Amino acid sequence: MSHERRLRFKTLVMVLLMVVCANLGDLMLKRGMLEVGAVEMTASGIWHALLSTMHNGTIWLGILFLIGFTFCYMTAVSWADYSYVMPAGAFGYALQTMLAVVILHEAVSPRRWLGVVLIVVGVLLVGQTHPSTTPKAVTP
Amino acid sequence: MTRVIVMLVFFICCSTGGEIAMTHGMKQVGEPESFRPRAILRFIGKAMRSGWVWFALPLLAASFYSLLALLSWAPLSVVIPASAFNYVVGTFGAKYLLREQISPKRWMGVAMVCLGVTLVLLT
Repeated sequence: MSHERRLRFKTLVMVLLMVVCANLGDLMLKRGMLEVGAVEMTASGIWHALLSTMHNGTIWLGILFLIGFTFCYMTAVSWADYSYVMPAGAFGYALQTMLAVVILHEAVSPRRWLGVVLIVVGVLLVGQTHPSTTPKAVTP
Repeated sequence: MTRVIVMLVFFICCSTGGEIAMTHGMKQVGEPESFRPRAILRFIGKAMRSGWVWFALPLLAASFYSLLALLSWAPLSVVIPASAFNYVVGTFGAKYLLREQISPKRWMGVAMVCLGVTLVLLT
């Protein structure tokens, strides 16, 4: 595999992992917080919520996925451009909409579909550019 | 209104600044030699010794909390386009601070993503 194709391939893998980890992390945090229940905005309410979240396995799983997201993001920008990785990560919003339609059978408005199309076309345009345009170490 | 504008500027500065500092730090750390456990641990260890990474982390935390504050102060129709505007500010930061070469095609892609994220999140 040529250097260019290898670079594109590993960046694509990292961006996909970023999207999966971020979405699963958010989903787990949401599910965990539903298990914990609404947080009362008093000192004792916040303390109780803190203890409940620390004993909630779903929340820890969510945190683990978000750590995975951070690791994938840091790894991706260690070789690829920030201006390449950042917009590519927005593919997660499009994926969320598609999953909502396929799995949850939610109705999606035309405006939202237009947003999904713009994100997908935008990510494809960015994806056609070279993933790395800087030397490995730069001085801002 | 002034409070919202000040917080929006603070949010965009922290978010973009944090991500650019993180990218700069990771470029200095370099990519992992391989994806074997030992190489990954070495990579994480090197990243944790980077001053730029430690500079980025509080900025990213501040951007997260300022976004929460904004969401509680301003309507979603103001906060979402402003946060999607981060993609454009980030690309300017990448061009002038990280010296990345942004081709017209990449600019076009970033603009479409920015508009698309606004439409998706506002629905």
